[in-house]
Amino acid sequence: MFANITSGLDLHSKALVLRAERQRVIASNIANADTPGYVARDLNFKDAMNAATSGGLSASSSSAQGSGTNGMTNSRHIPLSGGSIGTLGGASNLAYTAQTQPSLDGNSVDLDRERANFVDNSVRYEATLRFINGQSKTILSAIQGQ
Amino acid sequence: MSMFSIFNVSGSAISAQSQRLNVVASNLANADAVAGPDGQGYKSRQVVFETTPMGADASSGVRVSSVKESNEPLRKVHNPSHPSADAEGYVTHSNVNPVEEMVNMISASRSYQNNVEVMNTAKTLLLKTLQMGQ
Repeated sequence: MFANITSGLDLHSKALVLRAERQRVIASNIANADTPGYVARDLNFKDAMNAATSGGLSASSSSAQGSGTNGMTNSRHIPLSGGSIGTLGGASNLAYTAQTQPSLDGNSVDLDRERANFVDNSVRYEATLRFINGQSKTILSAIQGQ
Repeated sequence: MSMFSIFNVSGSAISAQSQRLNVVASNLANADAVAGPDGQGYKSRQVVFETTPMGADASSGVRVSSVKESNEPLRKVHNPSHPSADAEGYVTHSNVNPVEEMVNMISASRSYQNNVEVMNTAKTLLLKTLQMGQ
């Protein structure tokens, strides 16, 4: 019974962890905006969220089998193994961003895009936070019955 | 909590950019320096950035791997009345290009600001996370 009440909360908590993950990846990109040879990375939130919700905590193994999610164009490509991140297995969804304006030093960070992504991600993080707060308030008022 | 490593990442970038700003300052300060009796003028210096892994898996910070001296020829100015002039009347100056250094300075300060902003946003989000459920 109680599991039904908190299941929505569970979904948002997973989203929150992934948003934090993406925030960190974008922060790394911005930090390395001037480093020669650095390749920008990003988290595919949709795929990461799918992996987190379908497979639960053992999502990393299931997403490794589902080829084509890691930006692979051929089923025989070797999947990217970036180690395991957090508990939700988001690492397998870390991809490399496409270069819009190639630079001579091999750095693929587009600072404007990264900044936009960073703001976008922080707004969505806060939205998820508000969902959790609202839901927990609803549950509390239901428990107290006042 | 994975967001805490943002402070490490952005902190490393801030420290690297401030070192770059430091090097720019010393280049600009020595832009008009004249070579001493040994004939060795000031050579402009440039920092070399390098990606360095930071704690948790995918986060990567920056560090200054080395400070390189420029190999451009030192600037020679004909000024026989100068006390440091050589036998042919030339005075050796540094090889600093002030325009390049000013551009470098603006770029470094913009990157610094970006990283400060990232840290501030991360701090705001973490503070809001702390207030969850209240």
